[in-house]
Order: sequence, then structure tokens, then C-alpha cells
Amino acid sequence: MLEANNLAVEFAGRGRRARAVDGVNLSVGAGEIVALVGESGCGKTTLARTLLGLERPTSGEVRYDGSALSHRGRALKAYRRQVQLILQDPMGSLNPRQTVYEAVAEGPRIHGLPDEEQVVAEALSRAGLRPPERFFLRYPHELSGGQRQRVVIAGALALNPKVLIADEPVASLDASVRGEILALLLRLRNELGLSALVVTHDLGLAWNIADRVAVMYLGRIVESGPVEQILTAPQHPYTQALLSVLPESPDRIVLTGEPPDPTRIPTGCRFHPRCQLLASGKAAAAGIDTACHSEPLPILSSAADPQTACHLTLVDS
Amino acid sequence: MSLLELDDVSVTYKLAGGELPAVRGVSLSLEAGEAVGVVGESGSGKSTLAMALLRLLPRDARISGRILLDGEDVLAMSWGRLRAVRWAQASIVFQGAQHGLNPVHRIGDQIAEPLLIHKLASPDQARRRVAELLDQVGLPGWRAKSYPHELSGGQRQRVMIAMALACEPRLIVADEPTTALDVMVQAQVLTLIRELIATDDISLLMISHDLSVLADLCDRLAVMYAGRVVETGPADGTFTHPYSRALAAAFPTIGDLSSRLAPKGLGGDPPDPLQLPSGCAFHPRCPVALDTCSTVSIELRPAGERRTAACVLAGEAV
Ligand SMILES: Nc1ncnc2c1ncn2[C@@H]1O[C@H](COP(=O)(O)OP(=O)(O)O)[C@@H](O)[C@H]1O
Ligand SMILES: Nc1ncnc2c1ncn2[C@@H]1O[C@H](COP(=O)(O)OP(=O)(O)O)[C@@H](O)[C@H]1O
Ligand code: SF4
Ligand SMILES: [Mg+2]
Ligand SMILES: [Mg+2]
Repeated sequence: MLEANNLAVEFAGRGRRARAVDGVNLSVGAGEIVALVGESGCGKTTLARTLLGLERPTSGEVRYDGSALSHRGRALKAYRRQVQLILQDPMGSLNPRQTVYEAVAEGPRIHGLPDEEQVVAEALSRAGLRPPERFFLRYPHELSGGQRQRVVIAGALALNPKVLIADEPVASLDASVRGEILALLLRLRNELGLSALVVTHDLGLAWNIADRVAVMYLGRIVESGPVEQILTAPQHPYTQALLSVLPESPDRIVLTGEPPDPTRIPTGCRFHPRCQLLASGKAAAAGIDTACHSEPLPILSSAADPQTACHLTLVDS
Repeated sequence: MSLLELDDVSVTYKLAGGELPAVRGVSLSLEAGEAVGVVGESGSGKSTLAMALLRLLPRDARISGRILLDGEDVLAMSWGRLRAVRWAQASIVFQGAQHGLNPVHRIGDQIAEPLLIHKLASPDQARRRVAELLDQVGLPGWRAKSYPHELSGGQRQRVMIAMALACEPRLIVADEPTTALDVMVQAQVLTLIRELIATDDISLLMISHDLSVLADLCDRLAVMYAGRVVETGPADGTFTHPYSRALAAAFPTIGDLSSRLAPKGLGGDPPDPLQLPSGCAFHPRCPVALDTCSTVSIELRPAGERRTAACVLAGEAV
């Protein structure tokens, strides 16, 4: 349905270039929910924006329904009807002086859809704001955080999209409200067959709603596959560390240092400066330590079965 | 005697349009060496409670009840005494390290400041103590010369913890100390806090909206809803109050098949403190509410081993 092929996105900074997305293959099938997880700064938002056509790739391409995404005006506009973005902070993505009705009607107006009022009402009630008429004239500040996020989702649904791309959709919501919004995303998939790419730093969210998960580190996917498998039996040391710091896990692997810098991507395996297997000598015992330092790893494919970009698993298989 | 004892503490903010009851009759105690977690959604009154402990609230706030720190009544203290108590007996680490660090001063000077103000050290001793503290929170000594903007979020939070430790207080109040931090950096800071409370004779009152963080770190938990404590109990036990249960269910355990493709939330929205529901404030969202819940307000009552809950069903099989 939606696919990234060898996608790379660079930003020119002062001096060095930041390789925010540095070779990514990723696909989201029809009716599938894929979670993209990783620490902040690893390139999740940049990848999501590029999939939406908001950022131009430096190399590689985005494909939708079998054809490459065009960045020309009309084609891009049509594409944006099919693939909708839901942002993290509902307060930031709603105009405080616009009523709920106006906010949801904006998309349908831009795309010249008929029966505006009916479209808005239907979108609101699909997003769980019922009866919709009661919300038409409300302003964002008169709504709770969960209701505001529902308005944002309604705005996306109004265009009858096929794919939702949600960037940290519940990060700013309270725990008890979070579950309701996630349940809504799941219901939209089950009832309307929507596909979704959900960008998050929260592995619990992936467990709650995603079919597949892709773990991103410093611009690359380092592990991907079905949620049950990846989250209960992770193969990549980075995924293992991420899971180990969740409460309730017995042995914590707390990586030292800060999330790394995309202007200085390490040679060899890009995770090697923080890798616990390399630090503990396990990599050396397996005879892969030289490779960790100097041999780049292949880019994972967009296939659905489990894959890991680590020299150790390459040796094992 | 408890290190900290709150007895029927209420805080009300005066607003143009009326009064906002942010904390409503909270009683809670913390023993020396204990780590207690306070969990609740945003707006439930956690930060207000934390600030009330050391009377750090803005002028438009009115506190009532009794707060005993090491037996001494905080609300009756003179300003001079209060200044001496802050940092030296109890110190607060704030949310996201936004407050608290002055952008134009080097961090070494900021850590030394409470030591010098309270005349606990000479400038030379203070310098040595700063190096010691930086080491204790896992920062290199040369960082004393850095300015806050030269540090990452995680490093700034470490500096805040070093400041809080400077005068060797017996109680540290940490208000969402890891909330704005990334998962791995959060784990680093939590490891640091865990080590502190394990080795030193330090008690911790830790506040968070994230139950999973607290459950792991604390001995005992208090759950707040709409300005009230609705449940207290051992951190490793099972919750009784329907709100606490819903909160716990909202954080899935990976591998637990009952939460797989089944996110659990709670209908309705957190209450508006200016229009609190009658009776039990949770009743409009409560999945097991009885008719009486909308009229009768429930106080904390025994609900099992070392557990109290403010629910009519507490003590019975829920
Ligand atoms: N418009 C931009 N210009 C320059 N650098 C950027 C821009 N957007 C993102 N970056 C950099 O790219 C990297 C990845 O950022 P982002 O995609 O936002 O990561 P994430 O969403 O995972 O936190 C970061 O180092 C960030 O600073
Ligand atoms: N300075 C203030 N003036 C008026 N109302 C406030 C002030 N600070 C907090 N409140 C209100 O008091 C209630 C409790 O807030 P707070 O203690 O910050 O809760 P929490 O830390 O649990 O999110 C909220 O309704 C909030 O809007
Ligand atoms: S390739 Fe080497 S450094 Fe990279 S994750 Fe695997 S063991 Fe660690
Ligand atoms: Mg992002
Ligand atoms: Mg707070």
C-alpha cells in the first residue's frame, strides 16, 4: 500500500550534513498497523513527513498503491487525500480561534468535497464525538485533551483516507484517555480497513495496537517484524535494551550516553559505540568485533518477516 | 515519628471566576528511608501538593491542614526557618528541569549556592563538594564550568538532582523528574535515583503521571484523583479503587496477551476542578458505580493489607 524504498533524507546543517533518514525500506500493507519506534532524534518524524510528501527524499522513493509519489502539485494533492497525518500535540495542531466545525471542514473544502456538513458530522462521530452537532461550535480550549485529539483525528477522517500516519498520537494525553484513543485507531482499522503507521517511543503502544513493529536507530531500521515476535524475543541488542528498561523487566540494560547525532554516524554497525554486546566482550567472543567496528550492515528489506541488522545474527543464520 | 506527615491538607487557588480546589483534604505519611510515589493524571493536584510541602506555592494559593516535617509544623514556620529547612532538610527536583536552573550562571556555582547560603561550607569546601556531587550523579567534574544550555536534558536533570543532594537533606521530593526525557535517558536518571535511595539514608516522595515508573521505584503508592488521595498501598500489591485499576490497566505489560490488540482506557474525561461532580468525584467515569456514589462522598477506608481506598466497594469483593 504505502512503501519507502531505500529512502534517505539529509538536512544541510552548519558544516556537516545530518543524515536523518539514512536508507530505509518500510511498507504498510492494506489494513495493517505498523509501529515505528525509537529514541528521539532517530529520524521517525522525518521519515513520516517524507512518506507524506512533506519532505523530499535525498535519494530513494516513496511508493503508494504501486506508483512512485510525485511531488508535483495536483498529484501530491490527490495523494494527501489518501494519506493523512495526525500530529502529536492536539493543541498545537488546532487553531485556537477556529471552531471544531471549521477545523474539520478545512480539508473537505480544500479538496472541494460536496455535502460538507454531512462529511463533518460523519467524521466527528467516527472519531467518537457524538452527537457531532453538539461539538460544531465549540472551540479547542473548551474541550479536554482527549476530545481535542479526537477532533484532529476527525479532521483526518473527513477526507476518507486509506492510510493514517500518526506521530506520537497519545504522547500528550493522560493515561486513562490514551487507551480510548488507541482503541479508536484500532476500531478505524477494523471497521473502515484503514492502514496506519504509528510513530512512537512507547513500546507498550505497539503492543496495544500494532501488527508489525520497526525499530529505528540513527536513521535506519535495525529490527522489524511481527509485534509478538519482536517484542517478546528481540534479536537486536538495541531492541533488547529498549525492552529491558521497561518496568517489570528483570535485567536492565541501561545504555550510556545520549541519543546519537545524525551528523556523525559511526562506521561499521552504527550502534557499535553503545552496544552492550560489544562492550561486554560477547561480540569479540563470537568473532564479530572487527566487523562491528568497520563493516557496514545491509539495509533491511520491507518484507514482513522478522529481520535484524546485527553482525551477530548474520553469523548465526 | 514519621519524617513527613500530612494531615487533611487542602490547597485552593483564588481565580477571577471563583475558587479552584486543587488539593482536597490529603492525609499521607512518609517514614524515614521510605520511597512513596504519588500518581495521578495531569490536573489531579500532584504538583500543588509537592509545592505546598515547602510552601513554594504562588500568593493566590491558600493552604489549610497540617504539614509536619520531622515533627515541625511547616505551615507555622517563620520565613527564616523555612529558608533553612528548604534544601537542608527537604529539597525538590522539579519537572523537566525547566525551573530551577539559571541560564546565566555556571552549574557548579548553582550547585554550590545552597551550601554557601546556609553557610554549610567555605568556598573551597563547596568546590570540592560540587565535584563530589557531580561525580555522584554521573557527570564529569569539568561540567562545573558549563552553562545549562551546554547540557542535554538528561544532564540538566542530573544537575538538578545534584543540587537537591547538596545539603544532604533527609527528604527529596521529585516532581516528574523524568517526564520530558527520552526512554533511555529516563532509565539512566531512574537508575541514579534508585541508587541514591538504596545507599543513602534518603527518603523520597516521587510524583508522576506514569504509574509504571513509580511502581518499580517506590515502596508505597498514593493515587490521586481530582485533588484527593483515593488509594494508598504497597507498590507491589493490587489496586482496589476502580480508578487506580483503570490507571494500571492503561499501561500494558508487554507479553501479556490480555492487552494484545486491546488497549484499555477509561470513558469520559478528567473532571473540571471548578465543577467537580457531587459525591465521589470519580462516579461519572466509574464502571462499577452504585446509585449512592453520586451523592455520598467516600473517605479513605481500610481495603486490605496496609491498603486504604476511598470507594464504597472497598473492603468488599469488587
Ligand atoms: N528541518 C530540519 N533541519 C535540520 N535538521 C533536522 C530537521 N528536521 C529534523 N532534523 C534532524 O534530524 C534528526 C531526526 O529528527 P526527527 O526525524 O525529528 O527524529 P524523531 O522524530 O525520531 O525524534 C534529528 O537529529 C534532527 O535534529
Ligand atoms: N498557579 C495556579 N493558579 C491557579 N490554578 C492552578 C495553579 N496551579 C495549578 N492550578 C490548577 O490546580 C489544579 C491542580 O494542578 P497541579 O497541581 O499542577 O496538578 P498536577 O501536578 O497533578 O498536574 C489544576 O486544575 C490546575 O489547573
Ligand atoms: S553488529 Fe556488533 S555492534 Fe552492532 S549491534 Fe550487533 S553486536 Fe552490537
Ligand atoms: Mg518526532
Ligand atoms: Mg504537575
